[in-house]
Amino acid sequence: MAVASDVPKDSFRLSMLIYDTRYRSITIQVFVLILFALFVAWLLNNTAENLATRGKEFNFGFLWQRAGYDIGQQLIPYTNDSNHFRALLVGLVNTLVVAIIGCVLATVIGVVVGVLRLSNNWLIGRLMTVYVEMFRNVPLLLWILLSYVILSETTPQPRDFRITDEMAAAGEAPAASMILWDTVAVTNRGTNIPSPLFDRGLGSLDLGFLSVNLTALAYILVIGGSIWVNSRIIAAARARQEATGDRPVTWWKTLAVLFGPVIALSVGLGLHMEVPALTGFNFQGGILVAHSFTALVIALALYTAAFIAEIVRAGILAISRGQSEAAFALGLRPGRTMNLIILPQALRVIIPPLISQYLNLTKNTSLGIAVSYLDLRGTLGGITLNQTGRELECMLLMMLIYLTISLIISAVMNFYNSSVQIKAR
Amino acid sequence: MKKSVFLGVVAATTMVAGVASAQATLETVKARGELICGSNTGLTGFGAPDASGNWVGFDVDLCRAIAAAVFGDPTKVKFVPTTGETRFTALQSGEVDVLIRNSTWTLSRDTELALDFVAVNYYDGQGFMVKSDLGVSSAKELDGATVCIQTGTTTELNLADFFKQNNISYQPVTVADDSEAQRQYLAGACDAYTTDASGLAASRATMPDAANHVILPEIISKEPLGPVVRHGDSNWGDIVRWTYFALLIAEEKGITKANVEEVATSTADEEVKRLLGLSGDMGAKIGLDNAAFKNAIASVGNYGEIFAANIGEGTAINLARGLNALWTQGGLQYAPPFR
Repeated sequence: MAVASDVPKDSFRLSMLIYDTRYRSITIQVFVLILFALFVAWLLNNTAENLATRGKEFNFGFLWQRAGYDIGQQLIPYTNDSNHFRALLVGLVNTLVVAIIGCVLATVIGVVVGVLRLSNNWLIGRLMTVYVEMFRNVPLLLWILLSYVILSETTPQPRDFRITDEMAAAGEAPAASMILWDTVAVTNRGTNIPSPLFDRGLGSLDLGFLSVNLTALAYILVIGGSIWVNSRIIAAARARQEATGDRPVTWWKTLAVLFGPVIALSVGLGLHMEVPALTGFNFQGGILVAHSFTALVIALALYTAAFIAEIVRAGILAISRGQSEAAFALGLRPGRTMNLIILPQALRVIIPPLISQYLNLTKNTSLGIAVSYLDLRGTLGGITLNQTGRELECMLLMMLIYLTISLIISAVMNFYNSSVQIKAR
Repeated sequence: MKKSVFLGVVAATTMVAGVASAQATLETVKARGELICGSNTGLTGFGAPDASGNWVGFDVDLCRAIAAAVFGDPTKVKFVPTTGETRFTALQSGEVDVLIRNSTWTLSRDTELALDFVAVNYYDGQGFMVKSDLGVSSAKELDGATVCIQTGTTTELNLADFFKQNNISYQPVTVADDSEAQRQYLAGACDAYTTDASGLAASRATMPDAANHVILPEIISKEPLGPVVRHGDSNWGDIVRWTYFALLIAEEKGITKANVEEVATSTADEEVKRLLGLSGDMGAKIGLDNAAFKNAIASVGNYGEIFAANIGEGTAINLARGLNALWTQGGLQYAPPFR
């Protein structure tokens, strides 16, 4: 006590900032912070000076100029008269489509492979190991190129589908023909699939900056409504089961609720399919799914699925064997044990690393440029950047957009993660 | 005190960086001992490494001429392959000293990209190539076709304009470089391949079945291709420009790689004397040796020789002089007076 009271309180000296452990850590932090701020200031200053030296200014006005180039895959309306911002949006939508489909596919394949890899069946287990090791250990770019080259080099050219008059007279068949009852044509450019057409479509609602397709909106509302009603039916059945121990038969109600309204809507709107047909150089009508898209989705999904499979396997192995032994002791079959006991618990371990796989997949979509897929990197970071010469603006904007997408995915997945964690009661 | 030292370092670094970027390109090149020339990733006839790894081609020879003018030695040049996408950034960032890579002179590249096109070494136009069994004889018959196109080029924009003006549609396949475009075109993934007509001829020359491909008659744009330097260093721009003009004047005056020494001793023409550094101190005015232009001619020959050796009639690429003939022979190649 006496020693403590001997410490002089009022004699703060500058040297104490370094020699006194009470202040030292603060001193170091302040010093590092100042260094960091100076570094950032130097970067900014350097950028500004170099821009000035080259006579360039920092300005996003180019986004509103006419783009002047065409984009192969457009999921929102776009022509070469649209501005660069519109081209950016087209690219962004293309990126998101690949990312979403890729994530869903990768998750499905990954979970199945992860579970199968633990299978007691020697052959299945080894096969899955081979798959995982093969995809994990070869660079993604090579898988993208490989799937693209396979798709474009092994499929017939559109002209191989043509029947000339001489061939018809000689009764010869063309070199290639459409599949699935003559509705789908796979050429070396892409897959032509039928597209839905409506005789009595609802048109679209123009909100100025974007137009809403009312037909699509109607479908979303009807399907959403059906799913909600179905969940009420199942909830009612469960309540009945818990009250009386007797589960009412619901499958026909579910079928009717899920499919009835959609079919009624389709008939009402006059839905029919437009089948692609070969006219001129290419198949016209229907929807063209370019091989660049297919190749990118397949490669991304298979590559990421290999990582997800390992995450799932690790998650399952993290659950104590006692859990499955207890389930078997209760008489549950292996499939139900997995679905009801193991996977729900493993999910808690699986989700956090899964988030980073989703982020990886989303960012890896930018490799699409290798197979001529015009995503955000291809439009904003490729053609727009080149035609306008705004490297800094385009790159910053692109980084910002990827950052935003990633943060949104993280936020959604973290929310889901917190909802499946063990609740402290 | 530490802080002030750091601030000093930062200030000094910034100043050095500022000085370095303002330093004349000629000084940088001389100090380095070699010229760095932005070239194609491989376009036969214009700029591509040959079987033994030496860069050869029409654009490459101009690089060598500049190296000969600066150093008196055409081998003191390093070629950096650039794609359509990376070329201007490479030049702006100082990675290359001069870009000679089939680049089209446009207003926005001159202004927005802060570059200077100093000359036009090849007057070109955009064309289309198709397989002859496609049965197409005009680009206007390409309605609905799939067209392969290199990204980062003016051709991308011309293509969109051409199809729009003719009210026909197409499906673009945007590829990164010439070799990928050729692969896709040969595999039949696109019906037509479009780029500068000279590039098409060069591509066709390397195809195994060159006779089965036709270049359609339509030329849909003006593509003046030429050497590019950065904005703001006029002296360096002058060196590139006048080295090129020297090659043109050499052709006009009948000076060739073979006879340049002989002409130098025997000529009575005052302009030739100035060109070969015998009078007028023309080289010194531009910051080079007086013999600079003589060295350039002696190392690669005159414009006509470069053309004939790399892309002219008789080579695999087989391009006629056409617009690129001298003005005295009905072409557009014209050099201002050398005085």
